[in-house]
Amino acid sequence: MQFDKELDARGLSCPLPILKTKKALNELTSGQVLKVVSTDPGSVKDMEAFANQTGNPLLSAAEENKDYVFFLKKK
Amino acid sequence: MATIAKTTMEPAAGDALDRAIAQRIDELFERRLEAKLAEIRASKTPSMTIIATKGTLDWAYPPFILASTGAALGWDVSIFFTFYGLELLKKDLRKLKVSPLGNPAMPMKMPMGPQWFKSIQWNIPNAVQSLIPAYEHFATKMMKKTIKNTGVAPIAELRSLCIDAGVSLIACQMTVDLFGYKHDQFIPEVKEYCGAATFLPMARDADVSLFI
Repeated sequence: MQFDKELDARGLSCPLPILKTKKALNELTSGQVLKVVSTDPGSVKDMEAFANQTGNPLLSAAEENKDYVFFLKKK
Repeated sequence: MATIAKTTMEPAAGDALDRAIAQRIDELFERRLEAKLAEIRASKTPSMTIIATKGTLDWAYPPFILASTGAALGWDVSIFFTFYGLELLKKDLRKLKVSPLGNPAMPMKMPMGPQWFKSIQWNIPNAVQSLIPAYEHFATKMMKKTIKNTGVAPIAELRSLCIDAGVSLIACQMTVDLFGYKHDQFIPEVKEYCGAATFLPMARDADVSLFI
């Protein structure tokens, strides 16, 4: 998937992946896509809730060799 | 006969009409009310107020984790620090300690060494814990190492993230007086020093209010 910015949140625990995602999204403009890579199993549910609450659509969430990869579109 | 029938018919027909109108108005009103409430919910920025009352390294986490996450979700967040919670507003957070004494729920595991060693649960009786010199200091060191190893943020970092995200940090003036603290012992980001009468109206309007 095409993306405009990548955030490496590997090795970080709750709530850091979400806080860093929020910060990274702030640097994007509407319609741009952020890729987030995390190793925190809790971030799977949390990223979904974050997307729902903030209205930035979660385009995809997948597991790739023990990493969790998310694509979020800035609203 | 016809006139009597007419006069008795009319009120009955009128009642039925009134009932139909009332029912229709109720339906419309309910639908409008629901739409209006949904509109209000969608346009309102959610808010959260937290009371932080604990000043140990472990209990420093919940208020800052919840506050920073709430802010990341776009909520208005305020934390009211009272009693030992004031420790979390001090300039130097390195003094925060954790005590396993009298805390049977705290896992006592070593953060270093081979896996078999790390998985040992050190059940040290309270009476023994209380006799070991610098036991709290040692336990705090181990806890900090575990925090680092597991990628959990240090408290100072979480607090800065809260400040950056616009979380309001409010200190209880009564406790400042009670413990004989001075305002210059606290970080300058403390928004205000106030009392229960300031906090309660904020909590009343908040969607989420927590006591930690």
